[in-house]
Amino acid sequence: MTATATPPANPAAPHPTPPSPSPVKQQPAVLGFFSDTWLIFTRQLRLSLRNPAWVIIGLIQPILYLAFFGPLLSKIAKGGILGVPANNPYSFFVPGLLIQLGLFGAAFVGFTIISDWRAGVIERFRVTPVSRMALLAGRVLRDVLTLTVQAIVLVLAGLAFGMRAPIGGVLVGLGFVALVAVSLSAVSYAVGLLLKSEDALAPLLNMVMVPLMLLSGIMLPLTLGPHWLRGIAKATPFGYIINAMRDAFAGHYFNAIMVEGICVAVGLAIVCLWLASRAFIKENA
Amino acid sequence: MPIIEANGLARTFASRKRKVEAVRGVDLTVDSGEIVGFLGPNGAGKTTTLRMLTTLLRPTAGTATVAGCDLLKDPLGVRQRIGYVPQAIGVTAGGTDPNCTVSEELAIQGRAYRLSAADTAARANLLTNQLDLTGLEPRLCKTLSGGQRRRLDIALGLIHSPSLVFMDEPTTGLDPQSRSNLWEHITDLRDKLGTTIFLTTHYLEEADALCDRVLVIDHGKIIAEGVPDELKRQISGDVVTLSVTGDSAQAKTILAEYPGVREISLDGRAIRMTVEHGEEALPGMLRALDAHDITLASIQLARPTLDDVFLTLTGRSLRDDSPSANGHGQTEADDQTKIEDEELAGAGRSGRS
Repeated sequence: MTATATPPANPAAPHPTPPSPSPVKQQPAVLGFFSDTWLIFTRQLRLSLRNPAWVIIGLIQPILYLAFFGPLLSKIAKGGILGVPANNPYSFFVPGLLIQLGLFGAAFVGFTIISDWRAGVIERFRVTPVSRMALLAGRVLRDVLTLTVQAIVLVLAGLAFGMRAPIGGVLVGLGFVALVAVSLSAVSYAVGLLLKSEDALAPLLNMVMVPLMLLSGIMLPLTLGPHWLRGIAKATPFGYIINAMRDAFAGHYFNAIMVEGICVAVGLAIVCLWLASRAFIKENA
Repeated sequence: MPIIEANGLARTFASRKRKVEAVRGVDLTVDSGEIVGFLGPNGAGKTTTLRMLTTLLRPTAGTATVAGCDLLKDPLGVRQRIGYVPQAIGVTAGGTDPNCTVSEELAIQGRAYRLSAADTAARANLLTNQLDLTGLEPRLCKTLSGGQRRRLDIALGLIHSPSLVFMDEPTTGLDPQSRSNLWEHITDLRDKLGTTIFLTTHYLEEADALCDRVLVIDHGKIIAEGVPDELKRQISGDVVTLSVTGDSAQAKTILAEYPGVREISLDGRAIRMTVEHGEEALPGMLRALDAHDITLASIQLARPTLDDVFLTLTGRSLRDDSPSANGHGQTEADDQTKIEDEELAGAGRSGRS
């Protein structure tokens, strides 16, 4: 049985009519999505810049990778093994680091959405007319921007270490980094929003990301590995992307490897964005 | 004219292990310009109902019209027309980012409702004045006091001058002074602008002081509704406690037959009863005792509280499980989130594998 609640015949006090309520302005949905994305993007970017410590750490990190891991690889390259070009080892090594940056820089953004959710910020915006997709897209865009800046720093540091690569190849490589960032940051936000717990997110990310990184061949080429290992690696996306990036850094743009890499990177980004947007749109996240 | 009309609104949280009916068919009507309080213990379904009415949670059954828009068919229309002040206790806070400044939060909120920059600035200025936030604009939200931050939450919910505002536990966690201060602001909203306010609370004083009408919810159903004073009179009656010098048992028998006496119990020498229109019944009751040579030792007449109403309706006291009573501040949202988490974590895992 449900009680029907009806208001009393005469309300407690006479109420004046509200002066022209809610100046609601309609605008086309697509336009709304882009302006909302920009709104969220600028807010998130301002919040990132407000914490300069993280900006600085983010910029120093790629240089440290290069300084601490690069010398090991140059030694190996001098021995003429692993297919690393002996005269230009950094053009092999930097693309790997770029992907690693993309993988780990973007995958852990899910933590920030948990604290946003806890602050009530997500709910607050979900009740406004702001596109729920834009809550995701604005954040992803901020991550793409910060990772691209970090990637540029890494490439510049690589040049300082003696890497030689054509400018076109570097730009293609940055494009791949951006696509990887889109994919992983979108998924990370969605998973963070679903789990709502740092304690659950951290082991999950480590469990997924470390094998993906090892199987991508960014550390050591997978051609070294046994047949079964290469078989598993074929089923993961990042190997295709890293191969295409290395080709781009070597100046080879028009071949099957590049087509494969682009298809995988774009396809991955689309699938990840689609999955993540479902989590953001659903009416009980 | 009703601004909220809900029929059979229900929400079931399903996980693999169990099925929880958080809200089981709520019918309610709220008129324009009313302040309506949704009163109930933790876990009764207050927040779940509010989240359904504000498009945050899709009902599993039922229909509703909110601010002239169909809740299920036009959720965006609902969002454009309502204001929402989220709960600020339990797992989630009131909606401000600790590292944003007060003016940034007000500005983005205005833009989120598609106000022009000039309109947003004008509204922000007006609201900071009205809600005593003047001078705090450049401060980061994390540096505000609890009361200031709550008033900012409310300012954000009002930025687009909505005619209907939902407030989830607006004063929970505030000191008594901040609380009564907020009550004034909320009453002003209705008196000066005719804003309709739908709020949840488990503070009886709040429902009494603030609300034109209360809906009492328990176990996901509305069990009573009305003007607070009427509810108390209809459901509880006045509580009369008296003790006599003579034979208490005989006094009890005499009083039990007195018209208007509903419940009567004897506890030691004290006779406790609920009486309709207690103050009018008292003189007659005393004469009846006098006629049997029973002398009165003490007498006390207490007005019923909304807690008495709740006690009469459910056999339980609202105060038993208020956060201040158990000292943990655990809320209904906690329970609900746990259930949702279970469900969603399951979905997340299966999605990844």
